[in-house]
Amino acid sequence: MEILICIKQVPDTRDVKLDPETNTLKREGVDSIVNPFDLYAMEAALALRDAHGGQVTALTMGPPQAAEALRELVSYGVDEAALLSDRAFAGADTWATSYTLALGAKKLGGFDLIVCGKQAIDGDTAQVGPELAEQLGLPYAAFVRRIVSFDPESGRLTVERLMDDGYDVVEIELPALITVVKEIGEPRVPSLKGKMRAKKIDIPVLTAADIEADEDKIGLSGSPTRVLEVFAPQPRGQRVSIEGEPGEQVRELFEHLKKDKTLAAKVGAS
Amino acid sequence: MDYFLTEEQQMIQDLARQIAEEKVLPVRAELDEKEEFPRELLAHFAAADLCGLNIPEAYGGMGLGMFEQALATEQVARVCCGVAVSYASSGLGIFPLLLYGSEEQKQKYLPGVAQGKTLAAFALTESSAGSDASNIQTTAERDGDDYVLNGSKQWITNAGEADFYTVVAITDRTKGPRGATFFVVEKGDPGFSFGKREKKMGIRCSATGELIFNDCRIPADRVIAREGMGFIVAMRTFDVSRPGVGALGVGLAQGALEAAVDFARTRVQFGRAIINHQAVAHMLADMATSVEAGRALVYAVARYLDSGAKDISKVSAMAKLFTSDTAMKVTTDAVQIYGGHGYMREYPVEKMMRDAKILQIFEGTNQIQRNIIGQELNKESGRKKK
Repeated sequence: MEILICIKQVPDTRDVKLDPETNTLKREGVDSIVNPFDLYAMEAALALRDAHGGQVTALTMGPPQAAEALRELVSYGVDEAALLSDRAFAGADTWATSYTLALGAKKLGGFDLIVCGKQAIDGDTAQVGPELAEQLGLPYAAFVRRIVSFDPESGRLTVERLMDDGYDVVEIELPALITVVKEIGEPRVPSLKGKMRAKKIDIPVLTAADIEADEDKIGLSGSPTRVLEVFAPQPRGQRVSIEGEPGEQVRELFEHLKKDKTLAAKVGAS
Repeated sequence: MDYFLTEEQQMIQDLARQIAEEKVLPVRAELDEKEEFPRELLAHFAAADLCGLNIPEAYGGMGLGMFEQALATEQVARVCCGVAVSYASSGLGIFPLLLYGSEEQKQKYLPGVAQGKTLAAFALTESSAGSDASNIQTTAERDGDDYVLNGSKQWITNAGEADFYTVVAITDRTKGPRGATFFVVEKGDPGFSFGKREKKMGIRCSATGELIFNDCRIPADRVIAREGMGFIVAMRTFDVSRPGVGALGVGLAQGALEAAVDFARTRVQFGRAIINHQAVAHMLADMATSVEAGRALVYAVARYLDSGAKDISKVSAMAKLFTSDTAMKVTTDAVQIYGGHGYMREYPVEKMMRDAKILQIFEGTNQIQRNIIGQELNKESGRKKK
């Protein structure tokens, strides 16, 4: 099975702070990591490869230093990697990103399955995976929590898709795309031979010209959405939990509302 | 401190640390509590290519040395000494083969260990032969093309879990120290069985038990080196393995030190963090100094071994002695700094203190290490006067 995983290099949000003046992420001095959900995608892909043969290729769009994230995946056992990098890609929203990834996937060619993490921990949109499937005209299942089986005869993959109240069992015909949640299984550990290979592996860089991208569909200018404002939500007021019999609760609630001057005192008197 | 590791050595250290923190740390308390052998964790070390670091590439290993092995062992012991012992004991079990095995034996046994598919164990100790290895009672008698073993081995690490055992037995009692021979005994050999699994003070997840040989019949090609070489094989094995025990001690002490510092920074008494009380700060300073001194000694000795040096008994014993005494002292002091918390199983240092004690006992008690160092000093001085 030929598998493509699409990944993103993100700032380690466990360390990230928001600049209160500009409302943007303070990226200086923050380590870059592979988006944690993408490591679950990697694990799902490697497990399928180990069981059914084939290769796993990793693809990302990002600045030149995103190659480091791809090298890290190679250390875990990913076979090949490619980087979509071009100034023209900068500022892309999820739609322009998925357009670019789709062209990259076509350029690399011939994948039976594309696996993505459910979302990236910096943008948290969970849109790129499904949009990529749309761009490529592939069937997809999002939030996959378990790969139940793969039947090489029919080329059908059976997966469990996590829902708010339980899960769906979905059969999907390859080629297809899935996005995975962490329940899919803990990522393995890298290997020493993998780390050595990762140091040396040649990671091809694909530019806008290489993938013959329409310049109106990439980067900031190709992005139909705009971020108007980034802000931290106002902290909620102090919450009070009122217990006791319904009658007592109402009386106590009433006292609180009076004290807060939400209700006029004379209303309480009547 | 920067020990000027090569890129590859740095990778090994990072990898072992990553596995220790991601895979070992979440389960160490549970493994200790349940006395459960960490087979799943060992599979991670195998998948990461860390099971054959010092096995030559010709036998499926990475072809590196004791130094690289020590770097990995230290990182595992920093998180759990019990898991580290289980991991490192397979390495002890194959030393007789690495040092003295025939080409056929190496081809047969080493690739499995390097790939993590098989585990090895080393078996010398008996109920009446520990420090006094010459008092071994287990016998091996030649019978045609076979040897027949009788007797038992006690407190053998990885007993029952390992797939093969390097075992020393007496082949000719009249020859004294030249009457012992090392053999490979495989799980499943006729007449070979396991006694009860011991319940221990520390390193409780590691498997410790008895090997029983009851007319255990093995082919003659299982002899390691040749008949009568048993004690030489044992002594040479310990010479190269002891820095590995040193790495266990350094790692364990480092883990306890870090825990104690973190605790002392957050624990407030008399209005300030206890690390700001000089009595505590001085304890931590002494702990940190001994850990660093132990690390420097282990690294230096391991590198010396890897250089092919022959006169290694003294320094190898020093590496084991100093670091295991340090581990005992540092873990005890870590419990002291934690105070009442430290005595509770809820906190990690209690287990560390229990784990430390064995390092002063196994692979030659620290009294035996001092004997070795003393004898070597005596020899060195004697040579000088000639």
